[in-house]
Amino acid sequence: MANKVWKFHNDVDTDQIIASQYLLLPDIEAMKIYTFESLDPDFAKKVTPGDIVVASENFGCGSSREQAPSVLKALGIQAVIAKSFARIFYRNSINIGLPVIVCKDLYDHVEDGGTAELDLSAGTVTVDGRSFTCTKLPEYMQGILNAGGLIASLNKEED
Amino acid sequence: MGYTLIEKIIKKNAGLEDIAPGQIVTVNVDRVMVHDIFIPFVADKFQEMGFKKLWDPDKVVLIYDHLVPTSAVEDVRHFQIGDAFVEKYGLTHVHRRDGICHQLMTEAGYAKPGDIVFGTDSHTTTYGCVGCFSSGIGYTEMASILGTGEMWVRVPETIKIVINGKLPANVTSKDIILRIIGDLRADGATYKALEITGSTVDEMSVASRMTISNMAVEAGAKCCLFRPDEKTCSYSEVSPEETAWLYGDDDADYERIISYKAEEFVPVCACPSQVDNIHPVSDVEGTKIDQVFIGSCTNGRLEDLAVAARILEGKKVACKCIITPASRKIYIEAIEAGYMDILAKAGCIITQPGCGLCCGRAGGILTDGEKVVATNNRNFLGRMGTSKVGIYLASPATAATSAITATISVPK
Repeated sequence: MANKVWKFHNDVDTDQIIASQYLLLPDIEAMKIYTFESLDPDFAKKVTPGDIVVASENFGCGSSREQAPSVLKALGIQAVIAKSFARIFYRNSINIGLPVIVCKDLYDHVEDGGTAELDLSAGTVTVDGRSFTCTKLPEYMQGILNAGGLIASLNKEED
Repeated sequence: MGYTLIEKIIKKNAGLEDIAPGQIVTVNVDRVMVHDIFIPFVADKFQEMGFKKLWDPDKVVLIYDHLVPTSAVEDVRHFQIGDAFVEKYGLTHVHRRDGICHQLMTEAGYAKPGDIVFGTDSHTTTYGCVGCFSSGIGYTEMASILGTGEMWVRVPETIKIVINGKLPANVTSKDIILRIIGDLRADGATYKALEITGSTVDEMSVASRMTISNMAVEAGAKCCLFRPDEKTCSYSEVSPEETAWLYGDDDADYERIISYKAEEFVPVCACPSQVDNIHPVSDVEGTKIDQVFIGSCTNGRLEDLAVAARILEGKKVACKCIITPASRKIYIEAIEAGYMDILAKAGCIITQPGCGLCCGRAGGILTDGEKVVATNNRNFLGRMGTSKVGIYLASPATAATSAITATISVPK
């Protein structure tokens, strides 16, 4: 199924994803309505579950706040597909079970508001019939993601 | 083939025979730091993971700094949850009003040369100033370390940066790291370690090195290490013998070696609103500003306050000039050295040590159209107020000089 694409630029930082002042709200549900507020105040209202965030280089740079991937996941974002990710955001996303996918070629071939179809298991994204191959995760990280995040993965080890 | 400094630290910690970049290694964590913003989330996840006790209470440091003192009633909840966590799990290293976490971690001796330390804050890279491998993580991973004492890391490639020579008098380590970020770009060191060497950094104080390690994350770096020397040993209270193994081998496999001549550095600033939008201060000289901020875990140390006091002695500031020492220890030392007297008489606003303004929570936040010269580490949209505030990141010398005329000015 093809899903709507929200396209972002280079160096989207964690303050842009969820600003510092909202980190004091009691939980992710309360925070998620402020996602990308400084870039598009209505983003949280317009997004629908299954949508895909596409970005250029260094997505998620800045602070260590795990709330950044968490609000995206809470809004139902299926995956973030970028040319590259900042380190802490990348780790945090895997740990909470939000697919973060490195794909160098997709960015220039998809429009903001367009659609893309992601096949996670095949590691491909298709836009207008054209398929792009994504970079594979290291096996260790893929294991955490497959389990649904770090907590699920730890529980699985115990079982 | 030799090893880089980060490779040596991970190899020794994990007891490995050999090590190479890209390898995934489980390390034994020497110390962790959790701060007030994320303690409720760490506590939640710790419980959700089913842990009944901390792996080692002595290795856990809890620091209240982002919300001290509180500026909204909701802030109190973080202290209540933190205090309950302390009580329940027997934490002993708790700082409720002593200063900014990244200052305290080396100042109070929690992060030592050769250690592996993680913190719930991206600027945890700071402790690389004493040759400690330290990096920021999220709260779920922190909860997992609190229960297990272990953490997996991908051994990073190392970029070596060599700086030789004597810096111009108006250039500080802040100008060096800003220039490096501008050259590498905001993602130029992502997942990588930086190792900084050369006669220029040998001459530097540990405090100046801290500024560089602190901001390395703005180029995406996982850590930023300096080889410990006599100054490090004295600061961290360790013997030279204990740190003798902490250096990168000449024949190590560095991904890249970048060399700078110290004489070629000039005062620079990161212009709005990207940390890698670096320009010589002279390019933006004369820009009208509404506020100056000298402080933070990047530049709130005694030598930074000394620079500000030297420049502002006998002068009056022409705009709000907020001074925030990085810790109470520094605050007291600055009083004893007479710096606070000079700064207060120059019309500065001196605040308690903490993170309030740097993280846009309190103590000088700005609004649309206002501009600030600030010594902290991020000029992101909305970082110190609304998304239409222009933040220029610069050295304490540039910041103090600019305060005299309320225009961006090159320090003498």
